[in-house]
Amino acid sequence: MRAPATEAANATETGKTVLSAENISLTFGGLKALRDVSFDVKKGEIRAIIGPNGAGKTSMLNCINGFYHPQEGTITFKGVARRRARPDRIARQGIARTFQNVALFKGMSTLDNIMTGRLTKMHTNFLLQAIYWGPNQREEIAHREVCERIIDFLEIEHIRNTPVGRLPYGLQKRVELARALAMEPDLLLLDEPMAGMNLEEKQDMCRFILDTNHQLGTTIVLIEHDMGVVMDLSDRVAVLDYGNLIADGRPDDVQSDQRVIDAYLGVSHQ
Amino acid sequence: MAQDVPAVAGGEDTFPKLLLRNARDFTSRPAMREKDYGIWQSWTWGEALEEVRALAIGLAELGFVRGDKVAIIGANRPQLYWTFCAAQSLGGVPVPVYKDSVAEEMAFVLDHAEVRFAVVEDQEQVDKLLLLSDRLPKLEHVIYKDERGLGDYDHTRLHAFASVQDAGRSAIQKDASAIAEWEKELSRGGPDDISVILYTSGTTGQSKGVIIGSGRAIAAARDTVAFDKLNEHDEALAYLPLAWVGDFYLNFAQAMVAGFCVSCPESEDTLLQDLREIGPTFYFAPPRIFENLLTTVSIRMEDASAAKRRMFHYFLGVARRVGEDILNGRPVPLKDRVLYGIGRWLVYEPLKNVLGFSRVRVAYTAGEAIGPDLFAFYRSLGMNLKQLYGQTEAFLYLTAHPDGQIRADTVGPPMPNVELKIAEGGEILFKCPGMFVGYFRDEGRTREVLSEDGYVKTGDAGFFDSEGHLRIVDRAKDVGHLNDGTLYAPKYIENKLKFFPNIREAVAFGHERDFVAVFLNIDLNAVSYWAERNNISYGSYQELAANPKVYDMIEQHIVETNQDLASEPEMAGAQIHRFLILHKELDPDDGELTRTQKVRRGYIAERYQPLIDALYSGATSQYIETEVTFEDGRKGMLRADVEIRDVKTFPVAKQKEAAE
Repeated sequence: MRAPATEAANATETGKTVLSAENISLTFGGLKALRDVSFDVKKGEIRAIIGPNGAGKTSMLNCINGFYHPQEGTITFKGVARRRARPDRIARQGIARTFQNVALFKGMSTLDNIMTGRLTKMHTNFLLQAIYWGPNQREEIAHREVCERIIDFLEIEHIRNTPVGRLPYGLQKRVELARALAMEPDLLLLDEPMAGMNLEEKQDMCRFILDTNHQLGTTIVLIEHDMGVVMDLSDRVAVLDYGNLIADGRPDDVQSDQRVIDAYLGVSHQ
Repeated sequence: MAQDVPAVAGGEDTFPKLLLRNARDFTSRPAMREKDYGIWQSWTWGEALEEVRALAIGLAELGFVRGDKVAIIGANRPQLYWTFCAAQSLGGVPVPVYKDSVAEEMAFVLDHAEVRFAVVEDQEQVDKLLLLSDRLPKLEHVIYKDERGLGDYDHTRLHAFASVQDAGRSAIQKDASAIAEWEKELSRGGPDDISVILYTSGTTGQSKGVIIGSGRAIAAARDTVAFDKLNEHDEALAYLPLAWVGDFYLNFAQAMVAGFCVSCPESEDTLLQDLREIGPTFYFAPPRIFENLLTTVSIRMEDASAAKRRMFHYFLGVARRVGEDILNGRPVPLKDRVLYGIGRWLVYEPLKNVLGFSRVRVAYTAGEAIGPDLFAFYRSLGMNLKQLYGQTEAFLYLTAHPDGQIRADTVGPPMPNVELKIAEGGEILFKCPGMFVGYFRDEGRTREVLSEDGYVKTGDAGFFDSEGHLRIVDRAKDVGHLNDGTLYAPKYIENKLKFFPNIREAVAFGHERDFVAVFLNIDLNAVSYWAERNNISYGSYQELAANPKVYDMIEQHIVETNQDLASEPEMAGAQIHRFLILHKELDPDDGELTRTQKVRRGYIAERYQPLIDALYSGATSQYIETEVTFEDGRKGMLRADVEIRDVKTFPVAKQKEAAE
């Protein structure tokens, strides 16, 4: 298993750049969340962003999917540079994400939640959809099939019709991933996909992330605190500290970088 | 061994021949269903024949020849059932293996059975086989059904199920005579062929490969199909482990003979929902499943509104009182009849509908003795639940309840064509149509289990009652005596305990001891609900099991059990004096249970020796370290101080015994 995986990693080294962020700075009043951060994401890779609490990781993701607008710098996605764009436009361009605190429709079933992920791919308007006839029916059946394949892929058949609010946290995270996958994104942003999970759930989630990357060929950017997970999963790691990019490279190199060690363990200020 | 196969009506003496017959007679009737992508997909008998044929010809292209063994590992999937038939059609022998076996057990079976081919469900099983590959030099080809995650693997010996079938189909396309050739090969099969080798999980020692002959298997299945009047309009749900005789018997042998439709659930977790959607007419489950269903219902009723809860309990009381009498046509007062009628409308039918039992015409339970209260519960709802007694060596049925003669305490009279006799020591011996041919590569143990006049020893003790029904006492070697001479049947006590939803497993000790003491496992499902309602927090099974309030509750259950035992003169001496709740759940991966979830008491006694000593030494707690095996084969240590409690016992008229 390992051999093909490293081959794939080598291939991504030379892969095309899907997204590049150049000189991003983001401030909230006097607080500088990101200072002059530049990094890129190559097609087919798993890219991790790590850093201590408050380092600006989630802010970075929010910039990428258009939720925040950086004061300086440009983000280029699939060769198109943008300054200000609405999150829904960006979603249509092929960027999907999950949230650190699960953001699902609690009263809706798993299946319905996943179906909402298909929204950007639906073409008929909602009045016609309400009638459920002719082309709308065909469209819905096609979308349902995509969702069912994802349900099968993530092994959540048994909760297909369960309201999401009644599910344990680990499964909610999985449903959220399912919804993001339903968009068939080119770039998937995962914000702490394994937070609050036990070991077994983490292992499952790792497998799903790897399978998503290998089999669906989805490029993934993930934020995660579990170092073991990050080092195992990702092809390249970017490290943020107080809004600064302090290291960027392969997991092994980053792990031995003195500045990274200092940022995590703290240094005494003489 | 001599073949004394009775002439088979219709002439089909192998399962592939039956498949041809079914494809001819029931062409467009459904043969199999599987829920896939949320929708029930089905195959008619005609389509099933095409699938089996394509697979068989594909296997032949890979070099499968007469006599080859093929391991079948996975959940209940149509493709795996077809593999049984495809292998048999080429004169090969299917060897189903428990899919949750740890690598070690799997290595033993695959090596012992000399398998050349393995057809497995998914990546998990492929990984296990690859891990074992240097220990299995005979294994040449591994065929997998689910392609997920396997794209990057080396495919010199690996094949996708679909690609094997495609090879078969293109061979047919190239040369249409391939079909005729396959049918010729198929017709070379006869009653003396080995139909399947079933490895028994065995409550004692290493598993044994039970060889079932094809003619005998079909003869046995024909008898039981006729007994229960099964036909091509029946429906069954396939969810039992493939490697268990019950599954092969019910979902393969009987389905082939009767031509009924077998449905495969979407996954283990969706079983209850799938059961409800399919609504089988013929249902077979070990007592544990019925126990679990009852536990689920009880838990859900706790969450219902007070009015619903009262209605539920009231009408269940009515059913318990008069349900069985009404079903058996005995006289019942008009008032109770009316109440039962209302209960049926308000509770029983809706409940059966939720459980998926609305259409059940015949249901069996077997594998272990069922608690009489549990049995009565389902019977009183109006479900035709019956018991049967059988063994892998007998190809399942030895005795069963005929309709209308059902009693909780017996397993019924012998089936047609089955000869039973009771040996000196009370052991049950049998001769029957489906009798096994021998243990594979183990003549020593084959001889051991056969009596001089050709009967097979079951290892169970029992007797016939005045109505000719067989009553099973216990495993012959488990029945013992306390030091004061009181009869002690551990199963009997354990089953009483397991009727409480909060108790999942019980292991009783007492042979050649002064009193009876038990190990218990709590039912995590039921007890965790209880804990939630009582504001008890816990982090693991171990923590919950050690909670004093849980101990109090379980103690109460045991006191009730003792009260019950005290009312039966022959059992009163075997009341439970001390108990403990084990710090871990008994698990087949640790060898404590068999794959069919039966307790291996010898091994448990060995493993938990310090706890047993403590039970009989009067200590109130005992420290223990236990090695546990995780699902991936890694080992870990579990340490705990286990509390031991005394329980109140009750005096009996016959035998004075002071309450403690």
